[in-house]
Amino acid sequence: MEYFLQQSINGIALGSIYGLVAIGYTMVYGIIGMINFAHGDIFMVGTFIALIAFLILVAIGVTAIPLALFLVLLIAMLLTSLYGWAVERIAYRPLRGSFRLAPLISAIGMSIVLQNYVQLAQGARVKTLQPLVSGVHTLFDLGNRLVVQISNIQILIILTTLALMSGFTWLISATSLGRDMRACEQDLKMATLLGVDTDRTISLTFLIGAALASVAGMMYLLYYGVIDFHIGFVAGVKAFTAAVLGGIGSLPGAMLGGLLIGLIETYWSAYFSVQYKDVAAFSILIVVLIFMPTGILGKPEVEKV
Amino acid sequence: MSGTPILSLNALTMRFGGLLAIDDLSFEAKRGDITALIGPNGAGKTTVFNCITGFYRPTSGSIRVTRDDGKVFALEKLPDFKIAQRVHVARTFQNIRLFAGMTALENLLVAQHNTLMRKSGYTVFGLFGTPGYRSAEREAIELARHWLAKTQLIERADDPAGSLPYGAQRRLEIARAMCTNPVLLCLDEPAAGLNPRESDELNTLLRSIKNETPASILLIEHDMNVVMEISDRVIVLDHGKKISEGTPAFVRNDQKVIAAYLGVEEDAVDQAEAEVRA
Amino acid sequence: MSAARPAFSSALAHALKDALIAGIVAFGLFILLLGFLTDDQRGPLRLLSRPVLLASAVGIVFAGRFIVSVIYHYAAALRYWLALIWSMVCGAAIKFKWPLLAIMLIFAVIRIYYAPQTWPLTAVAVATVFIAVRFGLSAAFLMLAVLFPVAFYDNPYFLGIAIIALTYIMLGWGLNIVVGLAGLLDLGYVAFYAVGAYSYAIIAQTYGWSFWVCLPLAGLFAAFFGILLGFPVLRLRGDYLAIVTLAFGEIVRIVLLNWVTFTNGPNGIGSIPRASFFGIPFTAGDDGFAARFGLEFDPTHRTVFLFYVILALALLTNWVTIRLRKLPVGRAWEALREDEIAVRSLGINPTNTKLTAFAIGAMFGGFAGAFFATRQGFISPDSFTFPESALILAIVVLGGMGSQLGVAIAAIVVTASFELFREFEQFRLVIFGFGMVVIMVWRPRGLVSTRDPTAYLKERKTISVEHVAEGRG
Repeated sequence: MEYFLQQSINGIALGSIYGLVAIGYTMVYGIIGMINFAHGDIFMVGTFIALIAFLILVAIGVTAIPLALFLVLLIAMLLTSLYGWAVERIAYRPLRGSFRLAPLISAIGMSIVLQNYVQLAQGARVKTLQPLVSGVHTLFDLGNRLVVQISNIQILIILTTLALMSGFTWLISATSLGRDMRACEQDLKMATLLGVDTDRTISLTFLIGAALASVAGMMYLLYYGVIDFHIGFVAGVKAFTAAVLGGIGSLPGAMLGGLLIGLIETYWSAYFSVQYKDVAAFSILIVVLIFMPTGILGKPEVEKV
Repeated sequence: MSGTPILSLNALTMRFGGLLAIDDLSFEAKRGDITALIGPNGAGKTTVFNCITGFYRPTSGSIRVTRDDGKVFALEKLPDFKIAQRVHVARTFQNIRLFAGMTALENLLVAQHNTLMRKSGYTVFGLFGTPGYRSAEREAIELARHWLAKTQLIERADDPAGSLPYGAQRRLEIARAMCTNPVLLCLDEPAAGLNPRESDELNTLLRSIKNETPASILLIEHDMNVVMEISDRVIVLDHGKKISEGTPAFVRNDQKVIAAYLGVEEDAVDQAEAEVRA
Repeated sequence: MSAARPAFSSALAHALKDALIAGIVAFGLFILLLGFLTDDQRGPLRLLSRPVLLASAVGIVFAGRFIVSVIYHYAAALRYWLALIWSMVCGAAIKFKWPLLAIMLIFAVIRIYYAPQTWPLTAVAVATVFIAVRFGLSAAFLMLAVLFPVAFYDNPYFLGIAIIALTYIMLGWGLNIVVGLAGLLDLGYVAFYAVGAYSYAIIAQTYGWSFWVCLPLAGLFAAFFGILLGFPVLRLRGDYLAIVTLAFGEIVRIVLLNWVTFTNGPNGIGSIPRASFFGIPFTAGDDGFAARFGLEFDPTHRTVFLFYVILALALLTNWVTIRLRKLPVGRAWEALREDEIAVRSLGINPTNTKLTAFAIGAMFGGFAGAFFATRQGFISPDSFTFPESALILAIVVLGGMGSQLGVAIAAIVVTASFELFREFEQFRLVIFGFGMVVIMVWRPRGLVSTRDPTAYLKERKTISVEHVAEGRG
């Protein structure tokens, strides 16, 4: 039981990271109906930016961990969102209204570019960062080495995710940008006719998605301390699975899907086999799409005849 | 066999969530007739079509087709493509659905898929071009040529369907449906968007289908000229219910129908008529 | 043309502004990732700064954007002049076709006279040009392919590249059935390639059967996998199908990686039996190919043989595809790509139709996999990663979905450019990725974007791309 609880806590922390990445997929899919294939790699770029920003801060003498983390968060969000914007501007905007496959192919192209660019710039070797946030709290202690613990970094991840999610929900539901985004999601053409600057709204969507992915990237870096140029692909597919599981286009769905995928993956590794944990995530994706293509919180789709 | 029902709907009900699109609808279409289904926008006509052709599964009720050979099919239990394949019910669509990138001729060949598939030995004979398959393909092209001629599209046979003018696309869709050798042809607003001359030509085409082929016709139409001129029987729907049924002349004068179209209550019509007379 | 163009100075100012913005964005993008290097060579992670690299990268973006802006500003004029020159060149080439060919022939004769040892190459080149002029591009391609080993017999490196190119042509044609004709987006095609390669390797090693027995078995296995995957997933539409096939491809790779007893895991399977000439091995021994046919032993014999094997397999793929397109099943695939609902209304079983496309595409992928295994003699899961699927899909889309010639050209271009950039090993994937983006922006429907009708009453007219749908899945 305590093992199960412990794994649940680990799963929720992991799931928060997936959820943050999943929001980027779900928003873009909701608005322009395409899978932003490069989003997983944006997440990967976010981890690298966070790593380098942290090392720079240490080098210039910012050693107070909370301050450093806050600054890293800001820098990572700023610079990663610039990547999100640039990818949209270069690879997707010229293809808007074009054939459906074209943006998908150029997204795959962008994904290849980002991976190999980071490999070129920072080398193929795995980067390791010593743990910055240490300390654990014991939740239950049943003696005999049966303890359930939550670490500070897990608390940090869960709290940051909660804060970002509430901020983001507010953005979508209460600001004029959020209204524009919802309008674009409903009907892009009509929104254009009614004077919504759709290019700007779509750009901002990519920007926000990338910013959230960079936060996820920073959390990933702090949680695992090991990154390389390749992590974006699998993380991206899992986050996309999360978005689909929750119901693509739905923001709470993306978060819920992220948590579920995180939990399932953690349980699977804990109880079955670590080697096949990715198979678990992929199989869930297939099963969900076949039996529940609209996801948990998605709107059912009636086929128009 | 003529005069017996080919299609009978019994207590058909279709519900989308809280919306009752078709409410306990029953009617029959007679063999060899042109039966028209009319009603104001949103009356549920296309939904009836989608239930008959299997694109929607009705919530309850039954749909029966009795073929010339006496075989009876329960359509509500068959998936869409089997209704076309086994029962030979063909349809057209309100917003034209042609294979736009394929030529008019190719569209008509796709419609003969099941016949050609059998003749090609499920692709095996076809791959090696056996004489049997070649003659089957020639026959298929002849049938296509026949319907292209009937629909005055022979000149455009080798043009992509997407490049044809609107009226021609409507005719091509009918030709494509006819190439499946249907016993029941369901036409969803075939005259929509046609000019008066084209709509006269449509009348001629539908009459010749009625007289020269085994197909009976079920038709949704807003163009009252078409409905009144060619249909043998008219069924009027409003809010998913049948409100009137009979010959075109009868329906035209039915108070309930007028009320439904004008959007007023029945006694309001009486009142209006009284006022006019006074 | 006659429309007034803004003055040159204003164009310049505009371009400068664009370039400045691009430079600032590039600075933001590059400052951390290029400006600093995380180095862990000695001890813990530390930073090295690279100001020169950063400055040059930003400079390149600035200059590049400036040039693009200027060109873009004069795009209309530029296009006009280019089109004019091109049409003049083409017009002249067509008008003076025979004199030009005669001049070429004279040059060829001179070349053979002065460099007699290269006569096969010269002869093949001349023949190809003649065929191209007389019978068109496809015929010239076929002829060049058949005579390629004659022209390049002394050049095993070229032969090797040609074999790789033909493998990709075959994979492209196989995937073209699924994506181009049936409009089903498959991002996991490499899984079938892997199934073909592994089933070939395992069957050949375990039972010692010959290549020609194992090859069809490998294809059948791959087709079986295609049906196995296709059955549950083919009702999904468009992007969902793409993601599910991607997931399936990854699952296959992970299973190959971890099922060590069966696949030998990450170490791969080595010493796979080599293809033999119908039982006669390509060895230097007395019962080898060379000895049996009274030739001097030469390792190129095997390469040439492999070349013709893959050429035959690719041509088989092509022939089957061309035949199938004109059969009801092929027409149903294309109809499905155009409008699935209409297909259903005509009594065509959509699932079966999709399944046949999937299975046949998978089968050709399996054949290619078996060939890959026998050519390499060694396979490991590393050869069957997602980028490989992306590459094959890119070939199909760049070539123009549904066009056999376009796919072949794209496969050759991609393989050749990969070889050309081999010197810039690290850069080539970045360049490749950008290439995909640029070509999509330039020609979203690929190089050859017309469709040939499969039947006609009076005349065969090619169908321009604006009418052709690309499928929803």
